[in-house]
Amino acid sequence: MSQKEIEVILSRHLAEYLAMPIFIVDPNGDLVYYNEPAEIVLGHRYVDTGSMPASEWSTIFHPVDLDGKPMQSEEHPLMIAISEQHPAHKRFWIKGLDGNQRQLEVTAIPLIGQAERFLGAIAFFWEVAE
Amino acid sequence: MKVTLWGTRGSIASPGPDTLRYGGNTTCVSVQGSDGTLLVLDAGTGIRNLSQTLSPVLQRVHILLTHLHMDHIEGLPFFSPLNNPGVSVTIFGPASTTLSLKARLMRYLSPPLFPVSVRELLSDLRFYELPSVTIEIGEFSVTSQLVMHYNPTLGYRIQGPNATLTFLPDHNPALGVESFPTSKDWTSGYDLAEGADLLIHDAQYTDEEYQARIGFGHSSMSNAFRFAELAGVKQFVPFHHDPTHSDDMLDRTFEDVCEVMAPQFDVTPAKERMIFEL
Repeated sequence: MSQKEIEVILSRHLAEYLAMPIFIVDPNGDLVYYNEPAEIVLGHRYVDTGSMPASEWSTIFHPVDLDGKPMQSEEHPLMIAISEQHPAHKRFWIKGLDGNQRQLEVTAIPLIGQAERFLGAIAFFWEVAE
Repeated sequence: MKVTLWGTRGSIASPGPDTLRYGGNTTCVSVQGSDGTLLVLDAGTGIRNLSQTLSPVLQRVHILLTHLHMDHIEGLPFFSPLNNPGVSVTIFGPASTTLSLKARLMRYLSPPLFPVSVRELLSDLRFYELPSVTIEIGEFSVTSQLVMHYNPTLGYRIQGPNATLTFLPDHNPALGVESFPTSKDWTSGYDLAEGADLLIHDAQYTDEEYQARIGFGHSSMSNAFRFAELAGVKQFVPFHHDPTHSDDMLDRTFEDVCEVMAPQFDVTPAKERMIFEL
């Protein structure tokens, strides 16, 4: 059992207390935590799924860009934050599990710990009111 | 390894008739290896008494600081080997994004806060910043990891030839957790403490006091017991006693907590000059 780094544990605590959907991924892009508001976006409960591989979570809500073109997983802000280790922001559409299309703004920030340790990334989701 | 407690108190030294048995000096623990390796864990006021027991022919010492709060560094300038030109002293501590460990310590070890500055010390003094790594020091394998406390703070796991010591003097793994403990992989300090032969851990507050001090970075006694149980340690040493707690009060409180928690491991509340042979 490998314990999470303290910066990741603290990020989870912050996410647990905030009302906007938040995802936390490890340096491989695997989803290690999502908070309760994010469960609505993802359509799963964290207690049921635990962590999730990048290939699974990044396509589960069928993201499409503003032109209607399907997004590849590497285009997701979280994956950009992981691969390039700088912040990324994007607006795109997802199809929720309730069948409704939602437009989201997503801002992802790499998590750089003390002594320049790269620990993953955190993303904040914001639903755009139509 | 021989583990000696030179300072068991948290926050501020509290000498006096009410603290004679548990001790009034702030955090300092020495770890002596069979090969002569000497580790000093934190440099609170207890380090001065350690100084007085050291061999005059000591050549090398390693000071492992968990963090730079005053109760963990205030004894540093009174550690006599620092002023001995024949001694090599290495000070380890948490990294910072802005200032080196030396620069941060110099804020205290320089006028006007202290009359002698670091550059005036006569020992061969080196500083080494630790993120989450394992390093070899003599016969010991020392793993450091950042843990839950106020300001970046390290915990240490010291693996010797025969036993493992975990040192988490300032640690609140229950912070932000609705019901502690949660899963092992989301618990601060778990990897450091897992299966340790001896866990020296923050147990500063009674459960009642803790309710008014959440966010101060320290554990309640009950949560410290729960952490020790989660980690599966063999012996637990409640440590970093609150300066307001008298010997009699600590006797009563630990007796009560042990009765309620019914631990399946040995519990030995920290007392100054207590020695553990592991």
